[in-house]
Amino acid sequence: MTNEYKELTLQGLWKNNPAIVQLLGLCPLLAVSGTVVNALGLGIATTLVLLGSNITVSLVRNIVPNEIRIPIFVMVIASFVTVIELLMHAFTFGLYQVLGIFIPLIVTNCAIIGRAEAYASKHSVKFAAYDGLMMGTGFTLILVLLGATREILGLGTLFSGAELLLGNWASDLTIVVYQTDANFLLAILPPGAFLGLGFIIAAKNIIDQVIKDRTQVKDKKVVQRARVTGTDI
Amino acid sequence: MTKLQVASSPHHHNQRDTGAVMRLVVYAAIPGIAVQTYMFGYGVLVQLALAVVTAVVTEVVILEIRKKNTERAVKDYSALLCGLLLAISIPPLAPWWIIVIGTFFSIAIVKQLYGGLGFNLFNPAMAGYVMLLISFPVQMTAWLPPVSLTIQNVGIWDTIHTIFTGYTATGFSIAQLQATVDGATMATPLDHIKTALSEGYIISEGLNNKIFNASMGVGWAPVSFAYLIGGLVLIKAKVINWHIPASMIIAAMAVSAVLSIYDMSTHASPWFHLVNGSLIVGAFFIATDPVSASTTNRGRIVFGALIGFWIIVIRTWGGYPDAIAFAVVLMNLAVPLIDYYTKPGTYGHQNKVRNMAKPSPAKKSQQGDK
Repeated sequence: MTNEYKELTLQGLWKNNPAIVQLLGLCPLLAVSGTVVNALGLGIATTLVLLGSNITVSLVRNIVPNEIRIPIFVMVIASFVTVIELLMHAFTFGLYQVLGIFIPLIVTNCAIIGRAEAYASKHSVKFAAYDGLMMGTGFTLILVLLGATREILGLGTLFSGAELLLGNWASDLTIVVYQTDANFLLAILPPGAFLGLGFIIAAKNIIDQVIKDRTQVKDKKVVQRARVTGTDI
Repeated sequence: MTKLQVASSPHHHNQRDTGAVMRLVVYAAIPGIAVQTYMFGYGVLVQLALAVVTAVVTEVVILEIRKKNTERAVKDYSALLCGLLLAISIPPLAPWWIIVIGTFFSIAIVKQLYGGLGFNLFNPAMAGYVMLLISFPVQMTAWLPPVSLTIQNVGIWDTIHTIFTGYTATGFSIAQLQATVDGATMATPLDHIKTALSEGYIISEGLNNKIFNASMGVGWAPVSFAYLIGGLVLIKAKVINWHIPASMIIAAMAVSAVLSIYDMSTHASPWFHLVNGSLIVGAFFIATDPVSASTTNRGRIVFGALIGFWIIVIRTWGGYPDAIAFAVVLMNLAVPLIDYYTKPGTYGHQNKVRNMAKPSPAKKSQQGDK
């Protein structure tokens, strides 16, 4: 794995994660992360759109006039979203009904147009594709993490409704973590998504801070710098 | 420990610190709590104990994690007061984990995550109450009728047993305790009227029930009046200003008066709205929270009036029977805006010259000298 791929992986999954660093695409993130399956479904759909749009944008990057690039990117994205929507309509109809308006709304997910504009339109196809894959994976991971937290807190289960995504055999996948008569409805309701995302971002910042502190301590030990002028800034 | 205290102006000497103010509020709530215990049983006291313990423990733990001065924060009694307000708001026989989760949420998330006392945007007790109400609607609306109307005599042991196991020592569930002699479940006054209206009855028919005594809810109105006494003491002691309670109650009365003049049969009278539910507790003890309420006197009038307005609107058209918590939390959001437009003129300048600078980020934690 070359350095560029390594950097792209790190950027997509952690340093520049669309959901918890760029804070893009929060509308679907907050709306459909009620269960793991919903989150996974939307995450995969977004990843596929991101992959397709990044590849296409990268392919046409040299022939698109700079002045009208944004409408063209939007049309490319919209086409891929339509494809995904029709595919979901055909093969995972249950999930298609659950996710509803949030599938077409992938078009407006700023993470996708953001990657098209910031990365895919300036880099070759293989890098653009890998970037799309990593950004999409990063988005999906956060969605699934949030979905799992909310589902455990609110319903006490994991993977409920897996048959919507994977077919009838998957209905056995549902794990009952605990059983209760009084579900913690707040976790399932929208405020739960905001609180959950806040905690995930806070955890990420804490981890970053700890890493930073450690590396700084190391640096202090290693770097012995003698100041020779008073003016270097 | 004697230490020179250097404070910023005004150098007005005031004997009251935050702790003294909070303690006075707690003392003022005692008559209300006593009457509430008399009317609704020992559950009130058990919930109070659970809430206070949870609140103080949560506060200490979070402050330790945040590496703050634990002792000072606990001695300001704000966590205790928050637990108290939450405990008197929930049904006396609610399961123990309701009050524990609610108090933890109030202190840890609504108060400490926003930066602790003086920095919280929302009234912690009411935000905790809203969280509980939308998360656990069944447990949060299971109010027992006042003691004088129940058929099962719930003693102190039964109360503790019910709070921790869901059943009394003799095996009655809360639903059975709610039932009266004729088997009908008794709801709170506001709940009862709401249900009656939805079933097509008019107000006067709804009031014709043994839970009402001349449109005052049996057990509920005395509790309100006891809190009113405590609230008036607070105003007399200059712990709270009259602006918020007065404007809140007047606005609620005015809105309900307009509605009931418009249609007597489907809108309850102002008097009904005043004595039933928690309007008075809310006006004197909850909306006056020094941190999350407006800080200017004109702002307090606007703040209180809009809370009063929302209470009647939500009681009339909302999905939940009472609305103090929703109204207070909603108006907490509007406080920065209200403060911005009601900023008093600088002394010596004409009032209409509004300084267009950003509102000063003055800390609101010291409220002893309002």
